[in-house]
Amino acid sequence: MNLEPVIGLEVHVELKTESKMFSPAPAHFGAEPNTNTNEIDWGYPGVLPVVNKRAIEFGMKAALALNCTIANDSKFDRKNYFYPDTPKAYQISQFDQPLGYDGWIDIEVNGETKRIRIERVHLEEDAGKNMHGDNGSSYVDLNRQGTPLIEIVSEADMRSPEEAYAYLSTIRQLIQFTGVSDVKMQEGSMRCDANISLRPFGQEAFGTKTELKNLNSINNVRKGLEYEINRQEKLLIAGGALAQETRRYDETTGETILMRVKEGSSDYRYFPEPDIPNLKISEEWIQSVRESLPEMPKDRQVRYVKEYKIPEYDAQVLTASVEMSNFFQETVDHKADPKQASNWLMGEVSAYLNSEQVDLLDTAMTPKALAEMINLIADGTISSKIAKKVFRELVTNGSDDVKALVKEKGWVQLSDTSTLMPIINETLDNNAQSIEDYKNGKDRALGFLVGQVMKQTKGQANPGMVNKLLKEEMDKR
Amino acid sequence: MDFLDYTLEELHNMLVNKKTTAVELMEAVYENIEKTDGQVGAFLELSKDEALRAAKEADEKGIDPNNVLSGLPIGIKDNIVTKGVKTTAASKMLEDFIPTYDATVVEKLREAGMISVGKLNMDEFAMGGSTENSAFKLTRNPWHLNKVPGGSSGGSAAAVAAGQVPVSLGSDTGGSIRQPAAFTGTVGLKPTYGRVSRYGLIAFGSSLDTIGPFTRTVKDNALVMNAISGPDKRDSTTYKGEVPDFTEGIEEGVKGLRIGVPEEYFQEHGEEQGVADAVKEALELYKELGAEVVPVHLPHTDYGIPAYYIIASSEAASNLQRFDGIHYGYRSEDVHSLEDIYVKSRSEGFGREVKRRIMLGTFSLSSGYYNAHFKKAAEARTLIRKDFDGVFEDVDILISPTTTTTAYDIGGKIEDPLAMYLSDVLTVPINLAGIPALSIPCGFSNGLPVGMQLIGKAFDEKTLYRAAYAYEQATDYHKQKPTFKGGE
Amino acid sequence: MTIKEELVVHVAKLAKLEFEDEEIHGFTEEFNNILDMVERLTGLDTEGIPGTYHGLIQENVWREDVSEKGTDRDELMKNVINHKDGFIEVPAMFDDGESGA
Repeated sequence: MNLEPVIGLEVHVELKTESKMFSPAPAHFGAEPNTNTNEIDWGYPGVLPVVNKRAIEFGMKAALALNCTIANDSKFDRKNYFYPDTPKAYQISQFDQPLGYDGWIDIEVNGETKRIRIERVHLEEDAGKNMHGDNGSSYVDLNRQGTPLIEIVSEADMRSPEEAYAYLSTIRQLIQFTGVSDVKMQEGSMRCDANISLRPFGQEAFGTKTELKNLNSINNVRKGLEYEINRQEKLLIAGGALAQETRRYDETTGETILMRVKEGSSDYRYFPEPDIPNLKISEEWIQSVRESLPEMPKDRQVRYVKEYKIPEYDAQVLTASVEMSNFFQETVDHKADPKQASNWLMGEVSAYLNSEQVDLLDTAMTPKALAEMINLIADGTISSKIAKKVFRELVTNGSDDVKALVKEKGWVQLSDTSTLMPIINETLDNNAQSIEDYKNGKDRALGFLVGQVMKQTKGQANPGMVNKLLKEEMDKR
Repeated sequence: MDFLDYTLEELHNMLVNKKTTAVELMEAVYENIEKTDGQVGAFLELSKDEALRAAKEADEKGIDPNNVLSGLPIGIKDNIVTKGVKTTAASKMLEDFIPTYDATVVEKLREAGMISVGKLNMDEFAMGGSTENSAFKLTRNPWHLNKVPGGSSGGSAAAVAAGQVPVSLGSDTGGSIRQPAAFTGTVGLKPTYGRVSRYGLIAFGSSLDTIGPFTRTVKDNALVMNAISGPDKRDSTTYKGEVPDFTEGIEEGVKGLRIGVPEEYFQEHGEEQGVADAVKEALELYKELGAEVVPVHLPHTDYGIPAYYIIASSEAASNLQRFDGIHYGYRSEDVHSLEDIYVKSRSEGFGREVKRRIMLGTFSLSSGYYNAHFKKAAEARTLIRKDFDGVFEDVDILISPTTTTTAYDIGGKIEDPLAMYLSDVLTVPINLAGIPALSIPCGFSNGLPVGMQLIGKAFDEKTLYRAAYAYEQATDYHKQKPTFKGGE
Repeated sequence: MTIKEELVVHVAKLAKLEFEDEEIHGFTEEFNNILDMVERLTGLDTEGIPGTYHGLIQENVWREDVSEKGTDRDELMKNVINHKDGFIEVPAMFDDGESGA
């Protein structure tokens, strides 16, 4: 039996607002438990929700970045279920009139582009957080309760864990560029559930699906799906039948574990939220939100290639994250050569970030400093070798004035003829044989002589200049 | 002091002229309660120390001659939250619940200088029409102690009718202000939905719930409405339009006013002839006063009861899910798991009628029944609203009886929930349409007060008050005092 | 429409309520009486009629994104039966719930 995986993803993204979706309590992380909450978050008797306008705008931004149509008529609904992290015992969400619908994104897998359709993007409130103790108790913190969320529901268009990986990476990238969320899976500001089923190739109908939870990184989404495909395949090939299950991915074992078998579909008893008037979203509003969107990665790539003449590959790497792309842009705006800026960011900078496991914005280096450094290399003030030292200094301590920094550190390259000539002459005087060899066409002799001068100057001499002066002087002799 | 002898303006003048003090008034309240509440049972909780302290403060600060409510006492229905004062909604579920905040109306009353004397009995979570569904006590009708005071705001109505307090607040989701006002011979307004903030009203049917005042006179009622109306940034369903002075022009009379009489409201529901007769007599009086009385039709009236019970119960089922034994409220002691906490706390904490409505609502929203029930009811609601829109193109107000009967015997209907539901036929369509309606006393039938319902256009409470005031000035039903007859 | 006790039991489960067998019996009867009354709606032609789901029809009511300090935790905890170290304590949960994605 030749089986094809069918994968759909539900992605939750927390919106980075000041206050919560329906209450004015702070929507910030990291506070003491149950301190960023008020009566509305606790669902106290008598309280009412009031919509946070910015959350709607952020939701629109995200939906537009995912090429959705924004609904002119939208509304909120109640989704009813009991759970301790949901004090009202209903979640205010959107049911049949989501904020955005019919979107798509293009993903690239193995050099091929595939379009994944997005069914809907809707707004809702997050639940609180449950901590499970080992004493038979669980502990609830409602700080997260009411944080604005968007839920992005894909069509079941993905056919491999790699496609799911690419889809999630692209969603994260696009949302990150809009600036409406941190989209960090480790911190929970982006979360993903996966629906996966198998069917024989060529069959249209979907097989019985499993819902995977606790996929807390993009990598784990891939791994969880891989495991699940194997598990389902074995079962089906052995002639077994699948149950509609919810399974959780266990990071330590790499396996998926049964949480519960679904008996029919859950009955959430959705109905329109009577406490919140409907939304009427005008074309003018949509247009103004569209215009407020920052330049998206694809547009930036095209522009980088055209305007800055950097290779398409570079443009893609630079726009993988908004931090990198913005850093590149600002470096170029500070008059650095785009290709050099790109080389540095893709080379030394990325290597540093990887080895130190830090984010670009967490280093001390500013785009201005990087631009200054690149320009100091270009005008011969520092050598590329010294530049690596300068770079270390910039990422760890930073600098407002790189030119002053390299002077102060004594890293300025010796390019001045009057300083270099005495050393050149001395070296030549001491190496008559090398002059002879050079004149006989042995190029290595020149290299040896350059090395000698560099040694003499403790590496500070401008190698190009030394090369040129040595040649000139030897021609005279 | 008998509050039945004075209007709010008279009490205010006595305060300004130093004939009495806020403290004396407050002491009178507690004396009255002491004297009559053993029989009536209107109050669940008294805030005597706090109220006397506030009254003393009001006296020391001096009564504001431009603020008619300043220093006057008021009773609050127990489904309106009061910071630091136990608020139970007459449910075992909230028997120890202390709110951490004040309802918007409570804040507004305080700003107006009114002083809350305590919390008033009601049907549990406002579900019922007799106040017999209170988890804590029975409230009796001051006109006849064997009769119900109506409900769900039975405590609010009885306290004003018995002269314990000059004013109280109630809530009305399907008639819970108007019906007890009718049963106790008091004046009760169900304002337009959105006129008064619901923030802090323990939700029953969120798209139907309103808060309004009980008073002895029409003008008193308008004065309290002046204080509690207006948009609230904490309630997205409040109306942003301007709030008029509801007493302005109240004395202008009804000459030329077009009164519609919905024929459906007098047909077949007329279980008690004395009620229909009293209202018909009132209509004759209106004609004498210069109003035009014309018959009108509200063809979808019959769908009001089913639509109302589905919508109100569905919203209630959702609203009452928060009572889960975890974040506040009653928790069963017999629990071994999370599921136990939910199921046992809710099953023990809610009374029978509340459970019945939660069941009906849950059913109406559940998969497979939503379209035929909840959705259908919402569509019927649209037709009912349109009925009213249509007649209000032609008339200024509508008049009908508030109820089909006068107050009935305690225990008379409680075993027959369907009969109880059907008796709301004249009040629920108004909540479905979101429009205002005022119940005022218009006579007696079998020695018990009869209420007349004046129904108005959305946000036109002013015309209701003007029309009601004209009638009140021409009659003396509002001056009759309850007899406290009957009893054990 | 006549509903059976099983449906009443199912609805009770959704609503997190439990009834004695005897209660269920009485309840089913009551419920059927009420549903008969509700059935009146079935005959009503609502073709093309939109539903009314709000008490006052208006649109786009919201607040600006400004945060206010939370309510004093100690005050909120006074109404919580079991709490520990600032957390609400509940019996161990089976999983992460519906939205625990």
